[in-house]
Amino acid sequence: MIEFQHVSFAYEKGREVIRDLSFRIGDGESVGLIGANGAGKSTVMKLMLGLVSGEGKILVDGEELTKQNLSLIRRKLGFVLQNSDNQMFMPTVYEDMMFAPLNYMLSREEAEKRVDAVLGRLGLQELKYRHNHRISGGEKRMAAIATVLAMEPEMILMDEPSSALDPYNRRLVINAIRELGQTKLISSHDLDMILDTCDRVILLSGGEIAADGPAEEILRDRALLESHHLELPLRLADK
Amino acid sequence: MNKMEKALHELSEMDDLAALSSPIHRLHPAAKLITTILYIVVTVSFDKYDLGGLFPMLLWPVLLFQLSGIPVRTCFYKLRIVLPLVMAVGLFNPFFDRAAMLTLGGVAVSGGVVSMLTLMLKGVFCLMASFLLMATTPIDSLCAALRRLHVPGTLVTLLLLTYRYVGVMTEELAVMTDAYHLRAPGQKGIHVSAWGSFLGQLLLRSMDRAQELYGSMLLRGYHDHFHYAPIRAFAARDGIFTIACALCFALLRFVNVGQLLGGLVMR
Ligand SMILES: Nc1ncnc2c1ncn2[C@@H]1O[C@H](COP(=O)(O)OP(=O)(O)OP(=O)(O)O)[C@@H](O)[C@H]1O
Ligand SMILES: [Mg+2]
Repeated sequence: MIEFQHVSFAYEKGREVIRDLSFRIGDGESVGLIGANGAGKSTVMKLMLGLVSGEGKILVDGEELTKQNLSLIRRKLGFVLQNSDNQMFMPTVYEDMMFAPLNYMLSREEAEKRVDAVLGRLGLQELKYRHNHRISGGEKRMAAIATVLAMEPEMILMDEPSSALDPYNRRLVINAIRELGQTKLISSHDLDMILDTCDRVILLSGGEIAADGPAEEILRDRALLESHHLELPLRLADK
Repeated sequence: MNKMEKALHELSEMDDLAALSSPIHRLHPAAKLITTILYIVVTVSFDKYDLGGLFPMLLWPVLLFQLSGIPVRTCFYKLRIVLPLVMAVGLFNPFFDRAAMLTLGGVAVSGGVVSMLTLMLKGVFCLMASFLLMATTPIDSLCAALRRLHVPGTLVTLLLLTYRYVGVMTEELAVMTDAYHLRAPGQKGIHVSAWGSFLGQLLLRSMDRAQELYGSMLLRGYHDHFHYAPIRAFAARDGIFTIACALCFALLRFVNVGQLLGGLVMR
């Protein structure tokens, strides 16, 4: 469970990018976070992870996010960064995937088992021993998703998971996301993917909530979407 | 590929070299680390005119090149940027120290020339030794070995991250140079007027990335130390290698092998 209570945040003084934001995501929910470029989607995620801190309260499982419990709370959250280049820092995909499980005191054998399972599920066995800076942008994205799945977090935050992916891999990721039982928060401009993976949608605009409701409802509202630089998902536009 | 990407590529090739298999690669990282440090200390300790004594020290790198299967060419190719700098160190000695020291085939050689050559050789030898260490030992095992030797974790992490961040910086530099050249076709290098902003941007971008990378480490449970892949225990052969090397270095340092051999041949 994640809850925002009147959260505001500014990167630079006087220019608030998140304004008095309040919402609540219950256990097991999958929520799509949508909005125009610069609406504040990535910032909301950074706030949740304590990568930046603003005014107001952020609660994870009823506990307020503070400096003291930061590492405990982070353990529950898995985050796929918008830019995978900044996520992968070990030389090979394999080592990167092992990183979190090892930090969480798994033995090497257990960690490796987990890594192999995730790679198998995403069909990425071939990437295992590849060097991170020698794989393509899309492969890197898949690998970054894999590193987070290997953490087996309680909640998963994904910032634009489908960008840079070809249709085949995009489909793989969508399927993988659907299979996850965890609470999910997914930010994306790929509204078709949001429609496929999320039950609920929060539409951000200028750091405020412009709409919050069932995905089927909001993603069908052409006027609402278009007034926020977005378009109907292709799947719904056909009809 | 632009120059930066090439540099990056070369850096990653070091990892590839280190992943090869040979008797040297299979040695314990600590054994290699200790012998390399010993080698460097002994090499540097030679007197500045002791060219003849220093020369046999070449044996060790040559032996390692042979045993590890790493081509000498690769070493010099990769070190081509640093080598001239190291060589330049002694360049002025001949001007300061003109007293004749020895005569070779009737030509008087001044002390300056001898000390210049000695300095250059020392530099080249030490570089070769460091290169061999890096080329036969993955950075992670090296760090694991350092930890085993009770080097503080923070220092080891610093070493590892520096090694990684060099990659990050080169990557940023590559992207930026490409972006620059795409919009400044036909220009060689980067125009002086753009240096300031270019460097500033590079620094900011590298810092941003470093920060995000660090953030993503924290998000995945990083707690002031890395979990290096376990390395095997220090075995008898590692000990033998280390001691044998140490003895050889001592021999080369304190017994004038050149003279000894010369004496044998003369007889
Ligand atoms: N490091 C930063 N320093 C200053 N301002 C920033 C920084 N990062 C983002 N911003 C600003 O904060 C606002 C929200 O940015 P954010 O990255 O959250 O948007 P977003 O919804 O994720 O957009 P996108 O869809 O483009 O990823 C933007 O106006 C942006 O210019
Ligand atoms: Mg964003």
